Amino acid sequence: MSIDMAQFIDAFLEESFEGLERMETELLALDDGDPETLNTIFRCAHSIKGGAGTFGFGAISGFTHGVETLLDRMRNGEQEAAPDTVNLLLRAVDTLRAQLHAARDGGEADPAEVAEVRALIEAHLGDAAPASEARTPPAAGGNDGTDASSGGDHGGPRGWRIHFQPYADLMRTGNDPLRMFEVLEELGTLNVHCETDRLPDHADAFDPEDCHLAWTLELEGDATRDQIQEVFEWVEDECDLLIEPLEAVSVPTAGAPPLTPEPAEMGATTPRRPEAPAARGGSGNRGAESSSMRVNAGKIDALIDMVGELVITQSMLTDISEQLEEDPSQMEAQIERLRTGLGELERNTRELQESVMSIRMVPIAQVFNRFPRLVHDISGQLGKQIELTLKGEYTEVDKTVMEHLGDPLVHLVRNAVDHGIEMPEERAAAGKPETGQVTLEAFHRGGNVVIEIRDDGKGMDADRILAKARDAGLVGPNQHPDRHEILQLIFEPGLSTADQVSDLSGRGVGMDVVKKNIRGLGGNVELESEPGKGSRLTIRLPLTLSIMDGQLLKIGEETFVIPLIAIVESLQTLPESVKQVFGKLPLYRLRDEYIPIVDLAALFDRTEPSPLPERALLVVAEADDQRVALRVDDLLGQQQVVIKTLETNFRKVPGTAGATILGDGQVALILDVAGIARMASGRDTRAA
Amino acid sequence: MANDATQSIHDPATAGEDQYLTFILAEEEYGVDILRVQEIKGWERPTPLPNTPDYIRGVINVRGMIVPIIDMRLRFGMEPLEYGPTTVVIMLRVVGEERERVMGVVVDAVSEVYNIGSDNLQPAPDFGTRIGVNFVRGLATVEEQMILVLDIDTLLGPGLIASADAIEAEATA
Repeated sequence: MSIDMAQFIDAFLEESFEGLERMETELLALDDGDPETLNTIFRCAHSIKGGAGTFGFGAISGFTHGVETLLDRMRNGEQEAAPDTVNLLLRAVDTLRAQLHAARDGGEADPAEVAEVRALIEAHLGDAAPASEARTPPAAGGNDGTDASSGGDHGGPRGWRIHFQPYADLMRTGNDPLRMFEVLEELGTLNVHCETDRLPDHADAFDPEDCHLAWTLELEGDATRDQIQEVFEWVEDECDLLIEPLEAVSVPTAGAPPLTPEPAEMGATTPRRPEAPAARGGSGNRGAESSSMRVNAGKIDALIDMVGELVITQSMLTDISEQLEEDPSQMEAQIERLRTGLGELERNTRELQESVMSIRMVPIAQVFNRFPRLVHDISGQLGKQIELTLKGEYTEVDKTVMEHLGDPLVHLVRNAVDHGIEMPEERAAAGKPETGQVTLEAFHRGGNVVIEIRDDGKGMDADRILAKARDAGLVGPNQHPDRHEILQLIFEPGLSTADQVSDLSGRGVGMDVVKKNIRGLGGNVELESEPGKGSRLTIRLPLTLSIMDGQLLKIGEETFVIPLIAIVESLQTLPESVKQVFGKLPLYRLRDEYIPIVDLAALFDRTEPSPLPERALLVVAEADDQRVALRVDDLLGQQQVVIKTLETNFRKVPGTAGATILGDGQVALILDVAGIARMASGRDTRAA
Repeated sequence: MANDATQSIHDPATAGEDQYLTFILAEEEYGVDILRVQEIKGWERPTPLPNTPDYIRGVINVRGMIVPIIDMRLRFGMEPLEYGPTTVVIMLRVVGEERERVMGVVVDAVSEVYNIGSDNLQPAPDFGTRIGVNFVRGLATVEEQMILVLDIDTLLGPGLIASADAIEAEATA
């Protein structure tokens, strides 16, 4: 090939994965065969088919053809959007995804599955519309291709004669006849005869970007008509195409050049890319290890704006230096301007840095989006009625974190659907609505991304877990863990409480792997459950590289950052509100609540707390339902900070949620309020 | 000093020899594999980390990366030295099991770059002190000077993290 196709193939694959995701989403939303939705799905399939054909993935293109035909019938109203049809299409989406994965990784998709789904689609087509006229408009020139032939024209003619006369602007749309001929060549022996009679005689009439050529191609071999049509799929509206069987093995037309490279050179630089579905922001690719990412256009616009500001500031500074040169008497005023300018420069630079960092942050919707499908499938399989609610899909997490979040979440949601939610009859008997609720919610809290998976199912039976754990030797006979501790045992290896091992979950591996994965991301997972009411799994993940609104504090010599959302209020103590318990544990009475006062300098340096001054400055902060009052020496400004982990080059430091770099280049630690509360209570109980 | 180092770098190590950057700590010379040296910086006050051993001075910002700073004198249980204009921080790449870390070590001064053949590296005697012998790759004699070649992956790797963990465990127990 004359140019490196690999990059275009990557783009094709990425867009195809996005297309599949969109197809999936739309299929799930396809209530009553809404024509607009169907159109969207059809376009996705069409793009994939065309792209696959262009890049030589014949099998994918062929498979998608069937899907596309079925979709076409549906949008023409010839086929109902019945649940089994939708399910078949969803299955086809999976098969296609597997095939595309195989194409990307150089493997092969399970041929049995591909063949089966293909057969099912064909069977579906067979029993729906007997007359299969409703295909994509046949190309001019007597395309009599029928869907029945997609199975293959075995025993058909020994070859085909193809007359291909592109319209003048074929190459302007990025199509390249040479590429098509190359694909045809793979199907058999190809003889090409180029017809030049449409070339204008006069140079004035000649536009080099027009295609003035036509070709007669003779393809010898076992290729089917469908295979040939696939090759011309993208151009069927832009050419006259006539495909007819060769009556006999013909003698190659004398003098015909084997391949004409000349015309291809013109179009070669703009290979056709499939029309990307207009997915913005939300839907991303699912390929976990993809090295490219989608970025919200808004973030890029913000970057451009900031660079613009930077340029303005720079020209302002240049202007000041020129004025100083011209008129040194204005020194004072100019220096003032210079200071302002430099301040602005600093701010712009910092903002620029922050926005660059924020590019790595992606909405968690990219993971959440796969769950409607998952829940739809599983609940259908199990005969359960489940409503899935997604909340906080636009919570941003670091790309790396998100990529590793998918599998654990799939497992947890499956568990909730499989083990959590009961069968409709069971629910009705328990006086609950027949439709079970599963909620997936993400939000930021205290330097963490928290993801909750809640269900209103039957909950966990603590006694049974305990019995199992004792059997497995995880809990000794003399140990009596409390309910909360028992529930956490499900994360231990080898403890599955499923009554029966089902196809979906409960294979004995699972929760321990989930916990390990989440630990690997520096997070943790906890389970709360109430029998009969449901369960709640809480995953906490660090916000590596993420951006947060922070309040800057001065404690002693050091500047710290506390997440703004953790702050309840900042106040100056009233002497009568400070109580000393046991003489050394200061509590602050805030309205009706007693809050421990934490001397951070003492807590961090492990020294004795210094006596509380009469009017101390306190920042009351809350995390995990615990409140602490931090003694601070000064409240500085508020700003957005980029959270950096200390683990990259060191390790996690208790009491901190990472560090950030301040405007002056100094490192400031970010306080982890929950951790501080834990540390403080640990010390206090010991001290008492 | 740093200039000496850059000059010597132009003499490539011959086969069987490795290049070592040496630094001074209390008059003695110590060597580290030069391929692990990322850069040499002047001393700047780091941001202290809570509940860490005294030899972990804190963290600094190196072009947007948060890097811990370890005082080698304190690490080896020596008398601390007032940080002055010649105090330098050597940024080292420490290769661990999971990942590579960058750490800065505070030393009195940077000295030389030497080529040392592996057969000139003698095994270290048992020190039996706070410097575990596994931190020492060997002893070499160059120009009548003894150089203690350090294994920074052990010195700044799991051992250091573990000792820090022990202190933290004590703090939060």
